[in-house]
Amino acid sequence: MVPMENYLILSAIVFSLGVYGVLARRNAVLVLMSVELMLNAVSLNFIAFATYLDPDRILGAIFAVFVITVAAAEVGLALAIVIRLFRSRSTSNVDEAAILKW
Amino acid sequence: MSDLDIVGPQLAVLVAAAAVLLVDALIPQHRRIVPFVALAGLALSAAWTLSWVARDDYQTAFEGTLSLDKFSVFFYFLFAGITATVVLASIDWVNRAGRGQGEYYALVLTSCAGLMFLSASRDLITIYVALELSSIPQYILAGWGKDNRSSEAGLKYLLLGAVASSILLYGMALLYGLTGTTMLDGIADAIAADGESHRSLLVLASVLLIAGFGFKMAVVPFQMWVPDVYQGAPTPVAAYLSVGSKAAAFAVVLRIFFEALGEGFLSDDWSTVFAVLAAVSMTVGNVMAVVQTDIKRMLGYSSIAQAGNFMVGLAAISVSGEEFTLGASSVLVFLAAYAFTNLGAFIAVIAISQRIGSDQIKDYAGMWKRSPVLALALAFCLVSLTGIPPTAGFWAKMYIFNAGIRADLAWLVIIGVLNSVISGYYYLSVARQMFLGDAEGADRVRVSPSIGLSLGVATLGVLVFGILPTPLISAAKDAAEIFSRQ
Repeated sequence: MVPMENYLILSAIVFSLGVYGVLARRNAVLVLMSVELMLNAVSLNFIAFATYLDPDRILGAIFAVFVITVAAAEVGLALAIVIRLFRSRSTSNVDEAAILKW
Repeated sequence: MSDLDIVGPQLAVLVAAAAVLLVDALIPQHRRIVPFVALAGLALSAAWTLSWVARDDYQTAFEGTLSLDKFSVFFYFLFAGITATVVLASIDWVNRAGRGQGEYYALVLTSCAGLMFLSASRDLITIYVALELSSIPQYILAGWGKDNRSSEAGLKYLLLGAVASSILLYGMALLYGLTGTTMLDGIADAIAADGESHRSLLVLASVLLIAGFGFKMAVVPFQMWVPDVYQGAPTPVAAYLSVGSKAAAFAVVLRIFFEALGEGFLSDDWSTVFAVLAAVSMTVGNVMAVVQTDIKRMLGYSSIAQAGNFMVGLAAISVSGEEFTLGASSVLVFLAAYAFTNLGAFIAVIAISQRIGSDQIKDYAGMWKRSPVLALALAFCLVSLTGIPPTAGFWAKMYIFNAGIRADLAWLVIIGVLNSVISGYYYLSVARQMFLGDAEGADRVRVSPSIGLSLGVATLGVLVFGILPTPLISAAKDAAEIFSRQ
């Protein structure tokens, strides 16, 4: 069996990639995808911990299901707002959404 | 059945949210009653909570994931009050926006139910779901306005909020991996059993949790969204965000850190983190607030500074012995006093800016001549935010700084007092503009009945707790009892 550490390292790498994307990308849709990477990394963590450490193997899996569901809701909402901004300004670039200073 | 009875206060709010949507859709000619349906739901929720207080039979529901205790009851009342005040203050603004009456109130109520669940949850999964239940409606509400600024505020709030919750989840995953459970009491037991052996990982998990919740609490360095969102979002929504989500975040932080991570070797570490964040938040928030010209942005930075004051209470966990709960109860007192005060200030801003069409502080000049009541109410709330008697804000600051001194954090209290002086400068300069400045227009600023009522409730609360703080303090002490250790 693959040792648990491998999953945790993979998850940490994916999470860091997500953080990098959030900081470096200026397109709202790409920022959103980076956030998804971070959330998926966390789900991977939960599943790994559930499989290796939790005798019932269940709590972490439940947590991951909730994370996935809530993430879907958040993406739906974020895309709706991006479309609204795009209609009025023809851009999905977060830098140009800068009437308010970042 | 009894499980549903225990979550009755939340159910009442959720049912009201559904009722609001139905009334709006089915009898559009009577659309004007929509906000009153929302208020009725909140009153029912408060009555249900009251019936639990009368029964004096506190218990947990859904296998211990939700707990009805004096702590959650305190917050049920606080959230019902905050939401009712915000609904009243929104009526004018929503009528003027002219669309989505039902949806607006339904979202406010859903978010309120989320805040209530959050203050009652004792399980990491429930905490996460309740947090998102309260946050997602807030993202929509922040983008509710018609202009681009509002959409932009909604997008920024959502993106940064999603990043914060994924950081929070990483911390929760580590905590789950280290303890094998998501229940707060189970985590506390596991840490007490063999926590010392992986202390550094536990500290890492705590720091990630602080970062995630720090976003909701709006403390430096997770504060960058606050001024933008407060300025861009509709003012009633900004008022709701500044008190509702902040109070809930502090409630859940108290539960997690005092209940699950309160073990001595660990709390030494994270209370230092809280103390440093408190000092930085107070200083950055106040210094930035001084230079603001937009009153909503100014209130945004001031709420960052106030969050720093709250954190003094969190850092004061190391008070030993019988007064162990002093830090927690001082946070509760401060939250209640701050809720009344900040709502009052925001509602006065809503009333004034609706009339003069500007949020610039310089346009507030001479407000005393145009509307003496509004000018007095706003000045009174600003005095309370500064922490000068006879206001609720004074007792709240006294109590929380007292907790800080008891916990040997004298350096932090000194920074806090110095910051109060800085905050006095910008709060009172608004008051100076209103009373001594020359009026731009001669027309009087009138106040609609709903705004007048909500402003009256908020300022009366500030005044009553300023003169008679004992009932509030004893209620907070009762609520904080759940953290005491026998």
